[in-house]
Amino acid sequence: MPWDNKGSGGPWGGGHGGNGGNRGGGPRPPDVEDIIRMGQERMKNALPGGLGPKGLIGIGVLVLLVWLASGVYRVEPNQQGVVMRFGEMVNITNPGLHWHLPYPVETVLRPEVTTIHQINIGFRGSGAGNRSQRRDVAEESLMLTGDQNIIDIDLTVQWKISDPFQYLFNIRDPEATVKIAAESALREIIGRTNIQPALTEARGAIEMDVRESLQGLLDGYEAGVQITEVRLQDVAPPDAVVDAFDDVQRALQDRDRLRNEAERYRNDILPRARGNAQKMIQEANAYKERLLNEATGEADRFLSIYREYKQNPDITQRRIYLETLQKVYENTDKVLMDQGQGTGAVPYLSLNELRNQNRTGAN
Amino acid sequence: MKGITGFIAGAVIAVSAILAYSSLFTVSEAEQVMVLQFGQYKRTVQEPGLGVKLPWQDIQRYEKRVLNLDPPVARMILADQKPLLIDSFARYRITDPLVFFNSVRTEAGAMQRLGPIVNASLRSALGKVTLTSVLSADRDAIIEEVLTATNEQARRFGLDILDVRIRRADLPVETSQAVYQRMRTEREREAAEFRAQGFEQSELIKSTADREATVIMAEATRESEILRGQGDAEKTRILNAAYGQDPAFFKFFRTMQAYDRAFANKGTYMVISPEGDFFDFLKESTPR
Repeated sequence: MPWDNKGSGGPWGGGHGGNGGNRGGGPRPPDVEDIIRMGQERMKNALPGGLGPKGLIGIGVLVLLVWLASGVYRVEPNQQGVVMRFGEMVNITNPGLHWHLPYPVETVLRPEVTTIHQINIGFRGSGAGNRSQRRDVAEESLMLTGDQNIIDIDLTVQWKISDPFQYLFNIRDPEATVKIAAESALREIIGRTNIQPALTEARGAIEMDVRESLQGLLDGYEAGVQITEVRLQDVAPPDAVVDAFDDVQRALQDRDRLRNEAERYRNDILPRARGNAQKMIQEANAYKERLLNEATGEADRFLSIYREYKQNPDITQRRIYLETLQKVYENTDKVLMDQGQGTGAVPYLSLNELRNQNRTGAN
Repeated sequence: MKGITGFIAGAVIAVSAILAYSSLFTVSEAEQVMVLQFGQYKRTVQEPGLGVKLPWQDIQRYEKRVLNLDPPVARMILADQKPLLIDSFARYRITDPLVFFNSVRTEAGAMQRLGPIVNASLRSALGKVTLTSVLSADRDAIIEEVLTATNEQARRFGLDILDVRIRRADLPVETSQAVYQRMRTEREREAAEFRAQGFEQSELIKSTADREATVIMAEATRESEILRGQGDAEKTRILNAAYGQDPAFFKFFRTMQAYDRAFANKGTYMVISPEGDFFDFLKESTPR
């Protein structure tokens, strides 16, 4: 069929061409030829006199059977079968063994509807994690934010076919369309977001918004594509300014560090001050208690003596006087001088000498 | 005879096969077919399925699906004089194969003609708005305007533009350098502020702590002085109450105590005149 050649550029060119009905499930064309040739040879052997009418009919029936059998096809679990009659879609079949009117009347396309496709925006290579195999694509990943800053974003979009008919026949290059639409949607959302939230807390919201916007676009295109996941892989300031952004983080750490150090100082001196204060107060309390007790004791002692003194004041007073002086004179070195008799010479006394004598004597 | 009938039968089959092949054609869901007779347009078949034509008529097939158009990146000046590199894309469909065939003939031809048209419409639309509105939700209005403008021209090529989108809108290199500079200074400003805040908080915490410590000590000093004073007062009160009962005896008694304490230690050296009560008897005995 001529249009088979034309279709080769589209999504149905990839493995499921116009003659897809003969692939996979049904017998392959070489097999058919082999069978025919073998059948012919068998006929010749059976009828050495050439092909009679019976022989012709036999061959015809056999060819018909083989032709009919070529309409059997299998739809794999990850596929759906789209049956086309002269190019017009007539049926969509589910996984399993099916039969269609053989080529050239009907053909079948089998798009893989459960396969999740992934599109990387801003980088190439394997997905997240394996950074060594990642290559940044700056013109895709750098974009303007709402506050006119530039941000570096890597995004992955996962999608699958939701409607095989729309997918096959509405858009010629659905995969490229998904990618372009995703880029457009991402930039539109980022264009409404400021850089600071985009770098931090708004990531989830961005993913959701991009997904919603992208799905809306594709639904508007009737692309037959369902977006299963939109994930921000890497959101960072551009390389040119990443140092400055890192320094802000360091400054934040510095701020916390200084505060912690100050709090350490405070936590050190305040309990000490409270301890010293308690000590001071307790000492004062002790002083007070001591004075109180001493005074009470002293007073009691005086009162006790006084009570007895009142019984006989003269004797008591005299006794105390004598006892005290006795004790005083007992303990002291003394020189007795009678001034009343001293009339003539002024008495001379070397106090230092006496003292020294006394000291050596004591020693 | 047998051979002749066989030959005739074969010839009939062959002729009818050739006839069928040249007068039947299929139309896929993805395409539309234009039927030409000796180069003259006859009709267009858009419904998928089996079609019939006269054996000498030709067919030409065209895409019915939506096609992508990716015009080259173009530099555009916004209303606020800011230059932007715009990478747009459009999606179109061939609606009239005859007009399409007569005007641009192929998809490549269509792209060549359509790309500049899309970019020109975008340029004139963007020239009326500022960067802020390009980035914001006003995008939809811009798109709408561009779509209307391009569609008017696209109709001349038998095309219908379904959608025009700004795929990327980037600043040119020299402008983005300036943006980077600005971003850097903004961050530096922020970092300096954080560090200064750290100093501020640190000093505040430390000096507050110092003040609190000083206050704690001062309060403790006050309290302890009060306590000591109370102790002194109490002592005075108690002793006054006791000694006040007989001031004369107090004077004597306390003096005696003071003597006792004052001369208690050895090493005191006294030069005494034997006067006073203590020596009364000592003196009396001397003359005798």
